[in-house]
Amino acid sequence: MVEEKFEFTGKAKKNLFITIGVGIILVIIGIISLNMGGHGHEGHEAVAEGGHHAFHWTQRLFANLWINNVFFAGLAVIGVFFFAVQYAAQAGWSAGLKRIPLAFGAWLPIAAVLMLVVFFIAGHDIFHWTHHDLYDTSSEDYDSIIDGKGGYFYWPLHKGGFPLFFIARMVIFFGVWYVLFLKLKATAISEDVDGGTEKWYQMRKLSAIFLVFFAVSSSMSAWDWVMSIDTHWFSTMFGWYMFASWWVSGLALIALIVVLLKDKGYLSVVNANHLHDLGKFIFAFSIFWTYVWFSQFLLIYYANIPEESIYFVERWKNDHYAPYFFLNLFLNFFLPFLLLMTRDSKRHSRFMKVVTPIVIIGHWFDFYLMITPGTLKGNGGFGALEVGLMLIYAGAFIFVVLNQLSKSALVAKNHPMLEESLHHHI
Amino acid sequence: MSESKNYILGVYEDEDVLLDAVKTVRAGGVKVDEVYSPFPVHGMDDALGYKGSRLTIVAFLFGLLGTSLALTMQIGMMGVDWPMIIGGKDFIPFPSFIPVTFELTVLLASFGMVGTFLVISNLKPWGKPNLLDIRITDDKHVVAVDLNKNSLSEDVITKMFSDNGAIEVNKKTV
Repeated sequence: MVEEKFEFTGKAKKNLFITIGVGIILVIIGIISLNMGGHGHEGHEAVAEGGHHAFHWTQRLFANLWINNVFFAGLAVIGVFFFAVQYAAQAGWSAGLKRIPLAFGAWLPIAAVLMLVVFFIAGHDIFHWTHHDLYDTSSEDYDSIIDGKGGYFYWPLHKGGFPLFFIARMVIFFGVWYVLFLKLKATAISEDVDGGTEKWYQMRKLSAIFLVFFAVSSSMSAWDWVMSIDTHWFSTMFGWYMFASWWVSGLALIALIVVLLKDKGYLSVVNANHLHDLGKFIFAFSIFWTYVWFSQFLLIYYANIPEESIYFVERWKNDHYAPYFFLNLFLNFFLPFLLLMTRDSKRHSRFMKVVTPIVIIGHWFDFYLMITPGTLKGNGGFGALEVGLMLIYAGAFIFVVLNQLSKSALVAKNHPMLEESLHHHI
Repeated sequence: MSESKNYILGVYEDEDVLLDAVKTVRAGGVKVDEVYSPFPVHGMDDALGYKGSRLTIVAFLFGLLGTSLALTMQIGMMGVDWPMIIGGKDFIPFPSFIPVTFELTVLLASFGMVGTFLVISNLKPWGKPNLLDIRITDDKHVVAVDLNKNSLSEDVITKMFSDNGAIEVNKKTV
């Protein structure tokens, strides 16, 4: 079999730079329009009631940085997760396309740096629990509930100081994810040279280790990075909910990149049957996401306990965010459910090129809804700033992934199950 | 069913031989009526040139029926016939209806699909199975060709079968 290598052409790079450039221009337009008034004005009134300091456009920028940090860090780790699942499940069908999700992992170090930097610059604007008054019994802002949760962020240091436990978790999660990604990548590339089945067994072992770690770390990162924004509120479903959102958007991105690469003439080993399987994955996990989302929603709705229902009061019963609340369900459940239902729609690349961006953008809105109401209260909005920042992140992410793909063979030619994958038929 | 059918039956022992034979025979211009086998043979649908099953459309329609039935029932009972305040919710609390709606959708979709499948495959309780050769319930595969639907002569088709690995070729009129 001829070795297939992806060439990261100048044209592709140029398009990505244009995407990032448009993003930067949109962000600037967004910041200027925020300073001209508009949203800022109504915000002042809302904030005056809350008794906090006045709303500033940087808060909206920081909240958006955090949305994209979490969303794209998730996509990166989901790529490695997909790769690991294939080995743990001893799946044969995916042997020809596994290099694509694996390349997502190259974003992990960048995601880690961005997250740490944004946390240290903007932590106070994003996370209510970072304010030290909350832990000071003599202060009028003292909050016994948050004080009770303080150990989870600050242990072993004193509450209100440096959140060592929180930062340590962030560093450890990213560190372990990245180290395991590097090991998996190195083993996969050495398989191209050495052949045999030994590398496959090594990768299966590494994958199992990764999956066990990911099971815990994905849930905890959901509490840390997103649920702790609404510090008083909690949901036992949240780890699953955020994982489901990450996972289905990651699957959609894998499918989208596979389809686009096939259009360019790469990936001759991938055919409609493999696309069908990816489509089934997206279809099934769109429903899974809805199931988890609804399980969280229905219990809170039905029990109607104020401390829990506040989360949906802020999102569903709020004129500001209600449109996004319904948009979220429409983009992430109704559209994928109806569009991907038939067999043909999953097998045709033209159809997949329509559905996968819907799912990816839909889940970006899901993260928008998780993070914005808690950080910006009534000052949130959706405009040039949001679109621009997403374009910058998306452009950079795709650049890193394609760059990673161009470094080694696109198809694992010595994968012991490649032959099985070629005969995959459903 | 009233008209009698003249079948030529190619009997096969191995499913790989069968699959190749069906492909070759069809490529030779024979219209195959049906292939009977004791277990599903992978790739047979493609070999017979079947387009995708339309059973999924039936499932969708039955599911739709389930959805509307469940919503009509709940809205009728809880909102119109005997409105009750439960947990301070509206008389028609839509989110609370979703689990029941989901269950009835799945129930009707699956029952409808299984029922339709049994009827169209002639597996319904009052149906008489069309056993052209009793051994298809055991370990033999049978390719049935209806002579009335084919322009090729009996001898040509018989030869095609035996040339492509059939262990015997029989004739049967139903």
